[in-house]
Amino acid sequence: MRTRTVPQPAMSFEYTLWIFTRISGLGMLGLGLIGFVTALIMNARNLLDMNTLLRWSFFPNPNHVVNSNIPDISPGWSNAYWQVMEMLIVFFGISHGFNGLRVIIEDFIGHSLWQTILRGAVFLLWLFFLIIAVYVILAS
Amino acid sequence: MAVSKNAWLTGLRYRGGDNMLVWMLHRISGLAMVLFVGAHILSSFFTQQLGSTWGIALNTIYESPYFQIFLYFFVIFHVINGLRIILLDFFPKLLEYQRELTWLEWIIFIPIFGLSVFITVIKILNGG
Repeated sequence: MRTRTVPQPAMSFEYTLWIFTRISGLGMLGLGLIGFVTALIMNARNLLDMNTLLRWSFFPNPNHVVNSNIPDISPGWSNAYWQVMEMLIVFFGISHGFNGLRVIIEDFIGHSLWQTILRGAVFLLWLFFLIIAVYVILAS
Repeated sequence: MAVSKNAWLTGLRYRGGDNMLVWMLHRISGLAMVLFVGAHILSSFFTQQLGSTWGIALNTIYESPYFQIFLYFFVIFHVINGLRIILLDFFPKLLEYQRELTWLEWIIFIPIFGLSVFITVIKILNGG
């Protein structure tokens, strides 16, 4: 097998986001698992069915669905723990997603002025969705 | 290589194989999930803060079982393929076996997705 020389990894913008993609991907799975287990510890077994529990594990917020019976359990569970969990998941999810969008866009356009413009647009979208999501979480 | 008249066919015949397919599906599913999570956030904001029927309408779309089947495909595929990518990144020696890892990925994916579709189809047959 032929070998090729690659530059040593350094803390560049791309490398930071590359490692962040891995960490946030694993982090979302881990947070989902933690949410699932802690919901069961908080008596989820008697409060909600399996579909709702799985939904709650990954998005512990009663405002994003209308057909599940999540609002029924929200009064007892709208505490800081679930708000912090939801904010972590939302931060990881939105950042992971919009970074992926940036990577795909930049694969197609290469280095040009458009790269700067679109990178700025993706940054603004990221900020917008982050603010909206945190607002919804803190208001619920 | 001369430029072929059938550039599209040449492109389709590009021998990326399984790994190119999962690379493309990873991107498509990622984009779909950005749209989906964005819709979730917007609709929860509109429902919670403005009580708007627009938010409820969006919610009804992404909670419908037909939508959910596509969603299951994208989410489950993206998760399993992402785990494969992380595994290959952190243990580069496994690159020797990346075709086998892609097969393993489908072997893990198909039962999980099949079960989800089975449950969802039963839900649809029972009237949503």
